[in-house]
Amino acid sequence: MDFKFTQEQDKFRQEVREFLGEELRQGKWQPSCDAWIQGYSPEFTKKVARKGWIGLTWPREYGGQGRSHIDRLIYTEEMLRYGAPAACHWFADRQIGGAILRYGTEEQKKEILPRIIRGEAYVGLGMSEPEAGSDLASVKTRAAETDDSYVLDGQKMWTSCGMFMNYLYLVARTDPEAPKHRGLSEFIIETDLPGITITPTIDITGSTAWAEVFFDGVRVPRKSLIGEKNRGFYQIVNQLDFERAGLERLMGNYPLFDAIIRYARETDWNGLPLCKDTLVRHKLAQLQVEFEVGWLLTYRVASVMDDGRAPNVEAAMAKAYSTSFEQHLASAAMDILGLYGQLVATSKWTPMLGMAPHSYFGSKGYSLQAGTSEILRNILATRGLGLPAAG
Amino acid sequence: MNFTLSEEQEMLKKMARDFLVEKCPKTVVRELEDDERGYSPQLWQEMAGLGWMGLAIPEKYGGGGMSFLDLAILLEEMGRACLPGPFFSTVLLGGLPIADIGTEEQKQEYLPKISAGEAIFTLALTEPSGRYDAASMAVRAAADGDDYIVNGTKLFVSDAHIADYLLCVARSSGRPKPEDGITIFIVDAKSPGISCTVLKTIARDKLCEVVFDRVRVPGKNILGQPGRGWSEVRRIMERAATAKCCDMVGAIQQVLDMTVDYAKERKQFDRPIGSFQVIQHYCANMATDVDGSRFAAYRAAWRLSEGVPCAKEAAVAKAWLSEACERVLALAHQIHGAIGVTMDHDLQFYTRRAKAAAATFGNADFHQETVAQEMGL
Ligand SMILES: Cc1cc2nc3c(=O)[nH]c(=O)nc-3n(C[C@H](O)[C@H](O)[C@H](O)COP(=O)(O)OP(=O)(O)OC[C@H]3O[C@@H](n4cnc5c(N)ncnc54)[C@H](O)[C@@H]3O)c2cc1C
Repeated sequence: MDFKFTQEQDKFRQEVREFLGEELRQGKWQPSCDAWIQGYSPEFTKKVARKGWIGLTWPREYGGQGRSHIDRLIYTEEMLRYGAPAACHWFADRQIGGAILRYGTEEQKKEILPRIIRGEAYVGLGMSEPEAGSDLASVKTRAAETDDSYVLDGQKMWTSCGMFMNYLYLVARTDPEAPKHRGLSEFIIETDLPGITITPTIDITGSTAWAEVFFDGVRVPRKSLIGEKNRGFYQIVNQLDFERAGLERLMGNYPLFDAIIRYARETDWNGLPLCKDTLVRHKLAQLQVEFEVGWLLTYRVASVMDDGRAPNVEAAMAKAYSTSFEQHLASAAMDILGLYGQLVATSKWTPMLGMAPHSYFGSKGYSLQAGTSEILRNILATRGLGLPAAG
Repeated sequence: MNFTLSEEQEMLKKMARDFLVEKCPKTVVRELEDDERGYSPQLWQEMAGLGWMGLAIPEKYGGGGMSFLDLAILLEEMGRACLPGPFFSTVLLGGLPIADIGTEEQKQEYLPKISAGEAIFTLALTEPSGRYDAASMAVRAAADGDDYIVNGTKLFVSDAHIADYLLCVARSSGRPKPEDGITIFIVDAKSPGISCTVLKTIARDKLCEVVFDRVRVPGKNILGQPGRGWSEVRRIMERAATAKCCDMVGAIQQVLDMTVDYAKERKQFDRPIGSFQVIQHYCANMATDVDGSRFAAYRAAWRLSEGVPCAKEAAVAKAWLSEACERVLALAHQIHGAIGVTMDHDLQFYTRRAKAAAATFGNADFHQETVAQEMGL
């Protein structure tokens, strides 16, 4: 075992920090929670692209850097630490690029990957539907093949980046007769096609980062198909591992962690800083302990990927663990703020820009999105520990 | 011992539930959350007509002369329905304290108005420290002839923007101990020098900042004994914490009912999600929390009804409920999946309100400390 980063990695981290620190100094954005999924800034994404950090692990022949997954984790860790508005490129960089690399045609690789790398292709994730949540194989959205195209009819929900994306990744049924796992295919399409309607979903925090997407006779070219027709369900498994593999599950609310620690240091309570109060102190220390463990579990995932293995079980473990850390963080922050935790938006009384209640309510969704904690524990128990699946 | 309600109490409960199902569906809750006043005067009058505001106020002051336990039942149903508005402020934080320690003259002046739905009251207790302890009371009341002049800022005052009267807790004399020298005043909310700002909150209830700038209050408006107000504040807190628990019991019972129904209906992998053992265990844990909460809350309410000491029981109830609510809602969300975290769904009303309720009148940490003291620690 060796828990040390290489000198180049330390240097790389420093480089990312300097870039983000400079952005902050120039007031380009404000660190915020969930910025990886809710912070839309094409301008920022293009800057990150110019640094060469999008598609860091992809082969050089498609414009990537051929770097390791640990390197990528270092870069994403800093993005999250600074609460940077990275949503435009996050999904494509994390999973869709990989799916295209693995299953896409040469034409798709040459067309789409460079656009992602240049920070121009913003891809939303269209998997879930009203009746297909955990049971993704129940997808009903239909993709009927014609001579020169597929025709889409149906509905997606919880499509990330709903209102901002220019590309949509989706799973649709191409063979309604086959058993449900064997009739699905993956597509990547542009979102400005006739017949697509996108309506935002307002979530419990008031955010409109997700959307419902309706398809009414939408004609998409045949070249939108990713990989093999009717093999979508088998292809997607690998992508879902990537979706769960990152530090966003642990550090999506790092700005809150930072802010509550500062609050405890700077708030006076009976003549002493609040952080000297035993209860507050222990709550924060406990969070730090949990954070460190989550950090190790997630770097382990990256090392598994660098070994060339699919991090199926490891990513499931890290994601389920980390989303409960995020829930503990938000709860502890709310407890520490007491009555002030109730204040949202910005009044002169609202502490920390209302980050704590935002995270508290937002965190209800963390253990649902990208595989519910129950499904992840099923994966861990059956595939990881070899326990028999429930009948 | 008896863990069930009497026949009359069951009737009260049913009547309240039927009324609220009809008059306060979630469409109304949604409207009232958006409404600047935060309540519906018409619904308020109907509730007064049913005798709700005066339920636990003696008959000779226009009330129904029923017990705190009966009031608890009403509160549970209000929690179940997520009823917005100043009922809690008016009755628990205004009416009952006056009925408890007001002078005969004060009772005759204020209680009939409260019973008739003609006056809205609230309590201006907490200050920018955000704490419920005597040391935090910094708003000052300085004697000026027969009057007092009140100065300072109160924060997190519920419904102050629509209140006719505020019970203001102020420091009226020096302080050998923080508990000494505290006096409660009944302040006319229209007095010159009072300004009120509504704060935006998670529960979209109306918590306010209230600034007192040289507000003149007649000496006859002192509630209870001058300088000895803190012991009454503690009783108000006990009552309010218990009442809040009863309200929360209604909320989490409804959340459990909704969740079990959903677990039976929602199918994934070709079967109801309620057939997965993990979901069954979640539901079982929720049911245990709900029953535990119910009895903890009602035991405290019963002791208040009986007039026996209740400091420990109220603290046990609120310490338990503040955390139990959070557990119940976390599981409810987990079982509901993504649909439950949309604003269109009813669950979010309960989640937001429960979090606010957990912090109000002492969170779990606060009441655990009381329990520790009651244990002689
Ligand atoms: C904030 C947020 C963002 C999202 N973003 C996206 C997105 O970008 N793109 C997208 O396509 N989707 C997205 N989703 C949807 C997400 O993928 C689904 O919520 C998730 O798959 C669960 O589906 P469901 O919500 O329908 O719950 P259900 O599948 O109905 O599950 C309900 C409950 O039953 C449990 N359950 C189900 N099956 C089993 C089983 N076999 N064993 C034990 N328990 C089980 C679940 O764990 C859960 O507790 C998002 C969701 C949220 C909340």
